[in-house]
Amino acid sequence: MTETIQPQVFENVPSPFCGIASDDLKIEVSGHRLKVLANGDAVTVPGFEQPLGDMTPRAGGQAAALDEAVNRAARLLKNARLPVFSGFGTDVNDTRAALSLIERSGGVFDQARAEAGLRNLLVLADSGWMATTLGELKNRVDVLLVFGSDIEPAFPRFFQRFVWPEETLFGQDTRRREVIYLGPSPGGSASTSPDGLEPKVIPCATDQLPAVAAALSALAKGASLQAEAAGGVPVTELQALTERLKQASYGVVTWVAGQLDFPHAELAVQQICQFVVTLNQETRCSILPLGGQDGDRTASQVCAWQTGYPTRVSFARGYPEYDPYHNSAARLLASGEADLLVWVNSHATTPPPAANVPTLVIGRSGMSFEQEPEVYIPVGAPGLDHPGHMYRCDNVVALPLYKLRETGLPSAASVLAAIEKAL
Amino acid sequence: MLIKLRGGKVYDPAHGIDGEARDIYIRDGRIVGPQPETPTHEYDLRGKVVMAGAIDMHTHIGGGKVTIARNLLPEDHRGDPVASEGLMRAGCGHAAPSTLTTGYRYAELGYTAGFEPAVLPINARQAHMEMADVPMLDVGGYAMLGSDDFLLRLMASGTEQEVINNYVAWTLHSAQAIGVKVVNPGGISAFKFNQRSLDLDEAHRYYQVTPRQVLQTLARALVELGVPHPLHVHGCNLGVPGNLDTTLRTIAGIEGLPMHLTHIQFHSYGTEGDRKFSSGAAQIAEAFNRNKNITIDVGQILFGQTVTASGDSQRQFANVGHANPNKWVCMDIECDAGCGVVPFKYRDKNFVNALQWCIGLEIFLLAEDPWRIFLTTDHPNGAPFMSYPHLIRLLMDKSFRNDRLATINPDAAALSTLGGIEREYSLYEIAIMTRAGAARLLGLRDRGHLGEGAAADITVYTEDEDKEKMFGKPDYVFKDGELVVRNGEVVHVVWGNLHTVKPEFDRASIESRLKPYFDRYHTMKMDNFIIRDWEIEGDGRSKIMVHPCEGRG
Repeated sequence: MTETIQPQVFENVPSPFCGIASDDLKIEVSGHRLKVLANGDAVTVPGFEQPLGDMTPRAGGQAAALDEAVNRAARLLKNARLPVFSGFGTDVNDTRAALSLIERSGGVFDQARAEAGLRNLLVLADSGWMATTLGELKNRVDVLLVFGSDIEPAFPRFFQRFVWPEETLFGQDTRRREVIYLGPSPGGSASTSPDGLEPKVIPCATDQLPAVAAALSALAKGASLQAEAAGGVPVTELQALTERLKQASYGVVTWVAGQLDFPHAELAVQQICQFVVTLNQETRCSILPLGGQDGDRTASQVCAWQTGYPTRVSFARGYPEYDPYHNSAARLLASGEADLLVWVNSHATTPPPAANVPTLVIGRSGMSFEQEPEVYIPVGAPGLDHPGHMYRCDNVVALPLYKLRETGLPSAASVLAAIEKAL
Repeated sequence: MLIKLRGGKVYDPAHGIDGEARDIYIRDGRIVGPQPETPTHEYDLRGKVVMAGAIDMHTHIGGGKVTIARNLLPEDHRGDPVASEGLMRAGCGHAAPSTLTTGYRYAELGYTAGFEPAVLPINARQAHMEMADVPMLDVGGYAMLGSDDFLLRLMASGTEQEVINNYVAWTLHSAQAIGVKVVNPGGISAFKFNQRSLDLDEAHRYYQVTPRQVLQTLARALVELGVPHPLHVHGCNLGVPGNLDTTLRTIAGIEGLPMHLTHIQFHSYGTEGDRKFSSGAAQIAEAFNRNKNITIDVGQILFGQTVTASGDSQRQFANVGHANPNKWVCMDIECDAGCGVVPFKYRDKNFVNALQWCIGLEIFLLAEDPWRIFLTTDHPNGAPFMSYPHLIRLLMDKSFRNDRLATINPDAAALSTLGGIEREYSLYEIAIMTRAGAARLLGLRDRGHLGEGAAADITVYTEDEDKEKMFGKPDYVFKDGELVVRNGEVVHVVWGNLHTVKPEFDRASIESRLKPYFDRYHTMKMDNFIIRDWEIEGDGRSKIMVHPCEGRG
């Protein structure tokens, strides 16, 4: 018997995958199959179109009923001395449920992307910053400085949506906006203006960025540098860049923290933030760090309002303890302190790292494993299979996520709550 | 189930009851009249003090800037770790407590409702998600307008009031708010155009609109929409010596329309004396006493470490030199608003801080009508809410107050009239300020009083000479008829409701302007901006309570 399934088309669908929360996607749903019809990109299309995989849980490699898998998960948690929870491509409700379970089981909360997020968060907690949001950027920026990052691969629609809009609120001719890369040259052409003007590039090796950031911070404060170059960049070039941002009405400095992959990158971020703060003595200039893919910002925000701390929080002593170094899941697993890895990812299908301890996975259906976990409970994705909420990279705007199809998969929140109940 | 509260000394100013022994009956979460049958539970409250649950009408408990403050202060949290205990989840306390701890601790002080005063419409979803994680309390929010491009643009082009009314109503609906707040009218926007201050009659560099016009336009909109809570105003020039004059002109400038001036202590500074900083409390109180359309809350400062979290990016940036510890965040937000988060340590030996402390208390004690003034520290900006019992004692106990006065910076003490003020607040007046008056100000008809039909939010105290001790540890707190606190400790965890207003308006006409505006200039679609009821009620914890818009009660 065949049945024609009428495809259904949704408009203005927000993407939980891209970190800049594009909410203009057009998506066709036929049965379980999703197809991005408009406004997709290299990040969102695979996010939405990823086919469903397992629909039933597995325990010890064997198919298991949901309650059986839940009970087995609860037993693993009950017997663990220090369970460490990571992954965390989750929405607000999934994160709420996870934090409740982590607290109850005396575990540690970490995020797979925490190392990158901390390059910004450590600066926030140490000296703070002057920041802006995507909507201000879109309507006001006249000079955009990209610090040590290539934006397009991670955020394919960033330039199209926010730097080159056809019109802005204050009558700016966006084609005259200046984009300056300090660091590697951009790989793609998204940062080239609609008129074909390519961005200015001030080349600098990634590991030289700390010296360059420190020099900029000093120059903005009016220091005169004796050296002729900092990090291989001529000081005259850095002086000219500083002057350009001083002359700008609304400069914005951005970076992708995940790409600043060198030791103590937070110190370079801090110098750039201080550079921006100093520029505000005369004009307006703000930072806008890009990130937040796969729920990274969402989980961190919920953790911050429920515990006071943004990530890497241990409940081992009954109260939240924040330690950005000690509470790293990788460190706790390598040192043998953690004896159970709980991997929670309802957006991304990224599997857990191979570990020497039992692994429990509450993961989006479609996840595949190098090493079969002790328990795998496939769940639906918020924004596809369940309604929910997510944050975009500027931490200010949270978007609603909608249910697009009926799969019968449980939400991670309901599975986590069931495990907590079974404890 | 019938609960009887027997023979307590009841302070219920909404019904003029001032310490009379009364029985109170509770059925299904509501207060009912005397019932003939034997109650399921009876509490013998003879000799105890009974009031409605307290309402904090201005407290920063949820939203982006509060979580920025949390992220900014890990060292402060470490000083006050909170372990999970029984039904209560873990968290942290002090200046910017975690949401869960916020709810438990408010309940342990006898509070049953708190209202977040700075809900940026673009960030309202976050404010609601955080407030949903504050247990024990009913909540609500004031939507911030006045530096948003859409309003300033309408005003700059001389659009008629009716369109603006529709926009204000649409914002109240979309942000699920109960009132409208304006913060440094136009000034947050002006800062984005590099304008560093904006006085009441100074034109915004881009829109050419003045703060006075913004205040009049928004105050009028709320009156015409029948919204009970008057325009909630954080005025121009916060913290600037001499802003007393701005505040007096703001009061005169509203031309009799209802207006609430919040944390007025920060707006009551003169420029007299060697240090060009003096108290304007007497003039402010005099203007308050004369202008019956004005309500105020104080924003008292108390000494110690705290953090200031405000929508006023312009003034906060001007104050970052005072940050203690030396770190801070300022943000421009979505052509809608902004925020500034600056840690502060108020020191009793510091002349300015000591005088700020005096100014707040002087205003409390010189303001004649307790129905129009409200007890706040602007948590956490003047001090964390945990200091409320201490503040109540300062108001109720003159000798305690004068003892404290003797310990502060002597130059400040010498300049203040505080030592000469005899007034002590009564329990009845405290009940007005923290219950009956606050409910009336917000249009909450079934809260803040103990009459038949009221929600059974009730707090019971043991009377004590030491009012800090009395208000710091209630014997019982009932939330919607359920016993939630006993002997100052949470015994039962409940989730509160969200209070809103939904004034009538012409949705189609305003959305025909807003939808293309969102499509062209915003970074999200209008449909995704609007907060739907399922987002609040979906997980079954909170219900949306809609209060009628029939003007001020």
